[in-house]
Amino acid sequence: MHELRLQCDTVQQILTGFIDNEVRKAGFERVVVGLSGGVDSSLAAFLAAEALGPHNVWGILMPYRTSNPESAAHAALVVKTLGIQSLSVDISPMVDAYFAACPDADHVRRGNKMARERMTILFDHSARLGGLVLGTSNKTELLLGYGTLYGDMASAVNPLGDLYKTQVRQLARHVKVPTVIVEKQPSADLWAGQTDEAELGFTYEEVDRVLYLLVDHRYEVADLVAEGFDERFVRAVHHKVQGSQYKRRLPVIAKVSSRTIDRDFRYPRDWGR
Amino acid sequence: MRRFRLAVAQIAPFLGDVEKNLALHEKMAREAISQSVNLLVFPELSLTGYFLKDQVPSVALKAVAPALEPLRSLSHRLAMVVGFVEEGPGHLFYNAAAYLEGGEIRHIHRKVYLPTYGIFDEQRYLAAGGRIRAFDTALGRAAILICEDLWHPATAGIAAWDGAEILLCPSASPGRGTGRDGPFQNARTWEQVIRAYGDLFTCFVVFANRVGYEDGACFWGGSEVVGPTGDSLAKARYLEEELLVVEVEAGALRRARVANPLLRDERLELTLRELRRIIRSREQEPTGAGGEP
Repeated sequence: MHELRLQCDTVQQILTGFIDNEVRKAGFERVVVGLSGGVDSSLAAFLAAEALGPHNVWGILMPYRTSNPESAAHAALVVKTLGIQSLSVDISPMVDAYFAACPDADHVRRGNKMARERMTILFDHSARLGGLVLGTSNKTELLLGYGTLYGDMASAVNPLGDLYKTQVRQLARHVKVPTVIVEKQPSADLWAGQTDEAELGFTYEEVDRVLYLLVDHRYEVADLVAEGFDERFVRAVHHKVQGSQYKRRLPVIAKVSSRTIDRDFRYPRDWGR
Repeated sequence: MRRFRLAVAQIAPFLGDVEKNLALHEKMAREAISQSVNLLVFPELSLTGYFLKDQVPSVALKAVAPALEPLRSLSHRLAMVVGFVEEGPGHLFYNAAAYLEGGEIRHIHRKVYLPTYGIFDEQRYLAAGGRIRAFDTALGRAAILICEDLWHPATAGIAAWDGAEILLCPSASPGRGTGRDGPFQNARTWEQVIRAYGDLFTCFVVFANRVGYEDGACFWGGSEVVGPTGDSLAKARYLEEELLVVEVEAGALRRARVANPLLRDERLELTLRELRRIIRSREQEPTGAGGEP
């Protein structure tokens, strides 16, 4: 794991600089971040508060009636520690109203609906408060496709997308996110008792090592097996990365014209900024 | 003993906005003039920003463009190396850097090695230069090599064998790989490369890297002036804008070349002979040792 270790001072400087730069370039001063009480959104809020000042960060709590009460308590702890602005929107009425018409919907559909409900609330408050939506998806989740497309994966600016989960924890400790948040079991909190690691079937420590070599160091599956990694595990991880590629791209566009968006019409995202 | 002041404008150019960047250049130049700087080096593509993509033709300038007049005029007061997209004959676009001195452009280097791998895509948008030349300046003989050019050691060799005493290296290096010593893995490589070149080619090296963010990529700064024994004479901060100024003494170059007469002993004929042999052998087996399947 040694190589996954971050030089936290420098990474902190790079990420706060990134938030400040990308937010201001887009003509904004504020960000809006959904606070789940977990380590990712807590770290994002800490970095944003440092980059923009606490008064420019809005933490939005969006509990559902089955959410673990600890989640809201931890989100409130982040708000209090940082002195950022906050508000809470209960998503139970909207989500329950929708599923009243289809009561047999499974966990996955309900979880996705909640994630997308929260997204619409964040973007509404983005418009109301004049702040960009700050993304909180980390590199592990993005690579595994362990997130809801147009739900928690949606944002304007994401400071954490190139940090593996274990690196998020390192940096969170470094910037003094409360220990109780850093050390608890990660959970999407979409249903009672859910934990990421139980649902994924492996620990973040394990998968981050494989992803780091596969992605950052361009190992082939065979190279990892030769290094002593379990072949079935490595293949399963590779399969997840490959299978979720569509989630990391814009929808595929049928090419008709001489210049198609994102194909041969290529401008930087910071075009004109 | 003759002394002169070298400076690096470690700036964060505005992406695709030549007008704003010209104003930034003038501001930095005036600041440098107030500190009696003789030569001010700006980073790669300092007038345009780096990840331009399809904007390349929109921001390109011909070397004679009136837009460059304010900088030409300022170059009566200090010499400058300025990075821009040059529109050459046949509407080819080059990643170029100009040496301005005494009110005119004395030399233009067009980047020879256009990286097209990893996060880079330069060959898609730009034409490659075909020359590496040293040229005479008021401060001595110099050569310009742009960023990736430096990662091909032959370029620095050619510049030195052509008489360069000062290697001018405008760069736009985005940080990659979290580093243990510097901010990024590639920053450490850069620091080793420029110090080794100073040492091996017994010349001054001025590494002018930019800072700022483009599309989430972060340019790491850390601009540096290296002396002809490989010592770091001055180094700018990582990640932050800075005008790095350092006074150097021309005599250091003579002493380094007396102590280490590496350039005197260089065997160019031998190098050329071996290069011809290597090229011939590659021509004979164009598909590599295994041949075609």
